[in-house]
Amino acid sequence: MLDTLKIPQRHYLNAGHSLKSWLLTKDHKRIAIMYLLSISVMFFLGGLFAVGVRLELATPQGDFVSADTYNKFFTMHGVIMVFFFLIPSIPAVLGNFLIPPMIGAKDLAFPRINLLSLYIYWLGGLFTLAAMVMGGVDTGWTFYTPYSASASNTHIIPTALGIFIAGFSSILTGLNCVVTIHRMRAPGMTWFRLPLFVWAHYATSLVQVLGTPVIAITIVMLFVERAFGFGIFDAARGGDPVLFQHLFWFYSHPAVYIMILPALGVQSELISAFSRKRIFGYSFVAFSSLAIAVFGFIVWAHHMFVAGISTYAAMVFSFLSFSVAIPSAVKMFNWSATLYKGAVSFDTPMLYAYGFMGLFAIGGLTGLFLATLGVDVHMHDTYFVVAHFHYIMVGGAIMGYLGGLHYWWPKITGRMYSEFFSRVSAITVFVGFNVTFFPQLVVGYLGMPRRYHAYPDEMQVLNVMSSAGATVLALGYVLPVIYFLWSLNYGPVAGPNPWGASGLEWQMQSPPLPENFTEVPEVTHEPYEYEHIVAKETHLV
Amino acid sequence: MTIFGIPIFPDQASTFARDVDMLYFFILAVTSFFALAVAVSVIYFGLRYHRTHEGEIGARIEGSLPLELLWSVIPTIIAMFMFGWGATVYYHLRRPPDEAMQIYAVGKQWMWKFQHPEGQREINELHIPVGRPIKITISSEDVLHSLYFPAFRTKMDAIPGRYTELWFEADTPGSYHIFCSEYCGTNHSGMIGTVTVMEAAEYQAWLQGGGEGGTLSQRGARLFENLACNSCHLESGRGRGPSLKDIVGSTVDLEGGSSVTVDDAYLRESILNSQAKIVKGFTPLMPTFQGLISEENLVALIEHVKSLSPAQKGQEEIVKK
Amino acid sequence: MSNAVAHADHGHAHHPALQHHFDTLAQQKEAAVIGMWLFLLTEILFFGGLFVAYMIYRIWYFEAFAEASRRLSLFWGGLNTAVLIGSSLTMALGVRAAQTNNRKWTVNWLILTMLLGCVFLGVKVIEYQDKFANYEVPGQNYNWLYHEQHSAGGEHAEGAAPAAAEGHRQLRMTPEQLQNTTQIYFSLYFTMTGLHALHMIIGVGLMLVITWMAWKGKFDAEWYTPVEMSGLYWHFVDIVWIFLFPLLYLVERHQ
Repeated sequence: MLDTLKIPQRHYLNAGHSLKSWLLTKDHKRIAIMYLLSISVMFFLGGLFAVGVRLELATPQGDFVSADTYNKFFTMHGVIMVFFFLIPSIPAVLGNFLIPPMIGAKDLAFPRINLLSLYIYWLGGLFTLAAMVMGGVDTGWTFYTPYSASASNTHIIPTALGIFIAGFSSILTGLNCVVTIHRMRAPGMTWFRLPLFVWAHYATSLVQVLGTPVIAITIVMLFVERAFGFGIFDAARGGDPVLFQHLFWFYSHPAVYIMILPALGVQSELISAFSRKRIFGYSFVAFSSLAIAVFGFIVWAHHMFVAGISTYAAMVFSFLSFSVAIPSAVKMFNWSATLYKGAVSFDTPMLYAYGFMGLFAIGGLTGLFLATLGVDVHMHDTYFVVAHFHYIMVGGAIMGYLGGLHYWWPKITGRMYSEFFSRVSAITVFVGFNVTFFPQLVVGYLGMPRRYHAYPDEMQVLNVMSSAGATVLALGYVLPVIYFLWSLNYGPVAGPNPWGASGLEWQMQSPPLPENFTEVPEVTHEPYEYEHIVAKETHLV
Repeated sequence: MTIFGIPIFPDQASTFARDVDMLYFFILAVTSFFALAVAVSVIYFGLRYHRTHEGEIGARIEGSLPLELLWSVIPTIIAMFMFGWGATVYYHLRRPPDEAMQIYAVGKQWMWKFQHPEGQREINELHIPVGRPIKITISSEDVLHSLYFPAFRTKMDAIPGRYTELWFEADTPGSYHIFCSEYCGTNHSGMIGTVTVMEAAEYQAWLQGGGEGGTLSQRGARLFENLACNSCHLESGRGRGPSLKDIVGSTVDLEGGSSVTVDDAYLRESILNSQAKIVKGFTPLMPTFQGLISEENLVALIEHVKSLSPAQKGQEEIVKK
Repeated sequence: MSNAVAHADHGHAHHPALQHHFDTLAQQKEAAVIGMWLFLLTEILFFGGLFVAYMIYRIWYFEAFAEASRRLSLFWGGLNTAVLIGSSLTMALGVRAAQTNNRKWTVNWLILTMLLGCVFLGVKVIEYQDKFANYEVPGQNYNWLYHEQHSAGGEHAEGAAPAAAEGHRQLRMTPEQLQNTTQIYFSLYFTMTGLHALHMIIGVGLMLVITWMAWKGKFDAEWYTPVEMSGLYWHFVDIVWIFLFPLLYLVERHQ
């Protein structure tokens, strides 16, 4: 049976050991590993800046670093986390690795473009890191004009160029994914037999392809403004600084859906696998991903309710913003219903999935406050907003990423990690996260504005709570690095399907062959058919 | 409102603060209900349907159209209700009454300049009467800023090249925060102040410029704070402006090589035309107060600065123009 | 999940251009077509941001846009339009030649396309030089009135009323307003045409590669997809110009 599991002789990790075999690979799995290492570095770098921010905010005075340094801390934290960690994360690591096997393909449609995508990401990262080393940027990750166009004297151009370049990486990843899902599915893999992870990535890819070019052109306009003294946003010459905000948010709002949709896809896989039950309302969950992608494009000005837009425009965008909440709610209810009469097991990935439910719920629900005009006027640009988006981006997207990593780690590496330490880590992250960000909801309504280096004395206790929580959260993030690395050599061998999960990826050996399958699979079953998997394992079929 | 002395809810100091808070509590109730409902369900299901043996699988349930409709339609109705209520409150927030008193605010890096209709000017301070609607027309001299009064529950961005406005009617006397809430550079978090809501009679007295008695230099000390001189002229000398301690009668070196003796004339010139003589080692950051300060206040301020040099006996010397 | 064996049998030699993760050339071509159209969609959104900015400012400052547009040369712009449309024709003929396995004419038409592209770029250089010479580049040195004060047929001394210099047109904007708002027009002019020219340069580079591949005999009637995809790109760059030309050159020209 399963007690003599061995790592297979030939797999994608040992098919070639030279640096060239990695740097010139066309294997989507190797590219995924290289992305994994790159974004992990970026994550800890962005995290370091967050540590700087929270250390400063433990006291009301600006006494840890100078104001300029602090402003650079939160800017670099945002830039790195948004553009170099969150946007690529799940699509470039888990999407790259899993989409071909999930649909029964040998690779993505354009393997060389996949590699190019990685190089472009590295190039963009290099520009931004160079800007950081040269002294950094202090405009906030949102780069609003006129401050970014004329008043700031920091290294905006190289940073913006880095983001511009990395944007192409995102576009190409999305493009590859869309074409792959359209044209590379194995025989019998119809659209409605696709795992929900694939649906989620399809929706994400549409947003990446359609949205990212707009931030690219916005950066071009900022560049010519700053480098050549052009006047597109210059009020003195008749330009409109608020135009920048419209163009910026036209991408950056859909961007947040690039960051969360893949995690929603992971969540569907985890809930299903660890209750060994098909997802309740499969087609509703699938279509809700598409709905979120579409509605995400028509709500951008809810970031601008107090930016001087007309009352009527504000009302339109508030109304539309509620529309994008509904599909997310539908997903939450469907996941809950999946657990009903399931066979639930609380392995670590499921702990992350549960944590995700709680934190994404709070994050999404706090969004309702912000969509409501009467309340948003008070809350805009306060810590309430900061808490809202961290609940979704960190409590949602990062939990989804970590949950997925813990779920597919045995497939990616062939090894299992420590059950004990991974559970400790999941719980530590959940607790640390709430202690960090819940007080921010309170201090935000109290009126504490964002991006404040120093603040009124009476807000200190809530800030200290938040900073304390951040310490716990950081610990929760460091632990996985240790036990994941440890598992590579000392973890028990996992075998092809340690979780008894459904999905073509679990039909491959662990780690997979370079070509994924020895024979192209033919799909005859609906997704999430656990009856069949159990039968196979107990040799009843 | 505080818990164990920790403030957790802002003051309600305007007529519509209550409306905003009621809406807030409604949304809080609804969202808490749903968050709790989901949390309870998933925990209950997770425990009740815990896997009991290896190989156990879940029931074969595809879905339920009625349920899907239920939990799409009900949230949509709730969302529409929230939208409607929010839009109504917002409309009220953005429609100043015709009889509102007009105040002008200009944001600049890094201070708020307010001007009253009677001509009174303030920096980072705003004195207003209770019970009267106030409309503030806002602009910016440089980059984006945002004028925020948390206690009144309203804010509006300051945009260069155009006017925006906000209004409120303060209904509770007291002192409340003014914040800049649009990131604007180095001293964004220093661009804060206090709005003082006063009873009508007190406000009239304040408008006169007198009312608050005390000696000339005591008045000057208050002005020194109100005009935010203390934010740059730190006693330690490590602020953006030179320390004013013990300078009267001394000789200071200036940018450009010359030097000057600190006397009344120099102090007056430095306040009214700060760019004229910059102390060595400092940059021309100080705003000029020409037209912003009355003669009596100028004198009071100079007296205060002189009182910081106790070795020199401060004399009530009035400098004539 | 039954694993039926269902893939191309290795017995017969497959086309050298077939990549191994695809089953058939047809699948490979379909993937390329979807991919290229998606990419062109991103380009539409990329240029789109500039078109949005243009639209807004043209509505706000129509007079400035009209006056500034008159500073562009209808001759050179019109010539460039003809050149680009011609190059799209030669491109299409090149694709046709590849489709009919005509290696010689594939190469010839592609070379012609590149030449026309270079003519376009050359004309742009001429136009840009004129702008620089007339202080019509936004920024520190921008001088809206320089052109009138120094244009041929202008005995107008410095300081002559611009209203008179413009002939019949009565302007409602003051010279100061024009000095400012026409800079917005030119900011958009340079950014839009500059970005377009950059895409042309990339297009010419792409053509060089494809021409070389064609000359080396890499294409045949069964597989000429790269030629077709490059053609799509080239036509797209042409179409962008078809929009830029009237928007930038033909504002209120009927007066």
